[in-house]
Amino acid sequence: MPVATTSATPSLSVHQRALRSNVVKKAIMAVTGLVLITFLLFHMFGNLKMFVDAEAYNHYASWLHDDILYPILPHGWFIWIFRVVLLACLVGHVYCAASLWRAARHARSSKYVHAAHRPEQTYAARTMRVGGVILLLLVIFHLLMFTTRSVQIGFDSASTPYEMMIGAFSLENWWVVLIYAIFVGVVCMHVRHGFWSAFTTLGANVGPNARIALNCLAYFVAVLLFVGFMLPPVAIMFGMVN
Amino acid sequence: MKITLRIWRQANKDAQGKMQTYQLDNVSEEMSFLEMLDLLNEQLTDQDVEPVAFDHDCREGICGMCGVVINGAPHGRYNSPVATTTCQLHMRNFKDGDVIDIEPWRAGAFPVIKDLAVDRSAFDRIIQAGGYISVNTGSAPDAHSTPAPKREADKAFDAATCIGCGACVAACPNSSGMLFTSAKIAHLANLPQGQPERRLRVKAMVAAHDENGFGGCTNVGECAAVCPKSIPLESIGQLNRDLIASLFRGDGRTIS
Repeated sequence: MPVATTSATPSLSVHQRALRSNVVKKAIMAVTGLVLITFLLFHMFGNLKMFVDAEAYNHYASWLHDDILYPILPHGWFIWIFRVVLLACLVGHVYCAASLWRAARHARSSKYVHAAHRPEQTYAARTMRVGGVILLLLVIFHLLMFTTRSVQIGFDSASTPYEMMIGAFSLENWWVVLIYAIFVGVVCMHVRHGFWSAFTTLGANVGPNARIALNCLAYFVAVLLFVGFMLPPVAIMFGMVN
Repeated sequence: MKITLRIWRQANKDAQGKMQTYQLDNVSEEMSFLEMLDLLNEQLTDQDVEPVAFDHDCREGICGMCGVVINGAPHGRYNSPVATTTCQLHMRNFKDGDVIDIEPWRAGAFPVIKDLAVDRSAFDRIIQAGGYISVNTGSAPDAHSTPAPKREADKAFDAATCIGCGACVAACPNSSGMLFTSAKIAHLANLPQGQPERRLRVKAMVAAHDENGFGGCTNVGECAAVCPKSIPLESIGQLNRDLIASLFRGDGRTIS
């Protein structure tokens, strides 16, 4: 592979070349990734409202849709601002990931004949890119099911949010729970490496102790998300909620 | 002891390489890995076979010239707690009858010159982009004329031990040269003499790193695990902090 000896675009200033570097793309991935993790933590906490009662859950859902920041914003505006921000984060994250993936494929142009010895690489780290693609597909399925209600399994267009959840995760739809468990599992693996990686990319890895602390925190957030997201469907499937 | 070697043979940059098998007897466990390769090359010369090309120079672990991937591990360190260069690896780490696979550093930015020797001038170009400080020549300043804090001086010294061997790139799943680049950044950013050019340096070196065909870092940590000089992974954290901070400041006026 020919290697560029000089800048591909020599007219750019050093500042402009640095702005186009992989480290900047990584920083964008870090910030957007942390926004998405924060969203997941709130989402998980909101789901747990179903353990209070149907009224609390439905009220929370309608508050999210219509009432947040009212009367600063008119009814129903916040949710759309929120969706646009999340979508922007997702697009930025995926775009930078694709660009970095491409750079890495170019850089690692040939493989070792003897399988590379990689003692540090965790399963989560190795599967970030493939996991990310799977995640994207499952997120689309998740939105088609619970946001647009285009895929209706165990509920219909008239169901309340609570009825929707109970119907979708009932015992007869055990396979929905299974797909959901895989979905949440992939999310948590992605978060496990992503959380540590995001903070490191933003410069928080200041020494060996920081490395241990960030990795422990990453495991904690990943396990918390898995348990928090899996509690409602498992409880529904085994009839502990009705 | 007797060993079987499977070595990557490639005639030149553009040739198609392949693994070639050689039997080697009378290997002493006191030999360094490179002395074992010398023994092989003597044998090959006697047999009128082209000797295996590999880089080496000081053979005491301080120059950064040597380096091959041994059974998938750059410098053959494997799980040993002792950081090592290939020249400081000894045959006592292997057993009689072992099959040893030897390959060159593999990375798009490090094209193979011949067999196990690769072209690492991409590293030189990263250094040229900013891995220096500008000083006037003439009489040297007094040693203590610029005080340096102990903690930062220690960090700078640890980073300065990087010998530029390229094992970090060879080990990285993305062939990223971030550990090498960050060692230079951490070396100069922690010393008073490095401050005037600190922001421009990090921007120029990071840009040169990418433009020379190295991949991005995914914070896996394979680089630091194979580094013969134990350059710590947090050096990359320093590079990231310095780069992000520098992007909020311009470069000053350019002289045309």
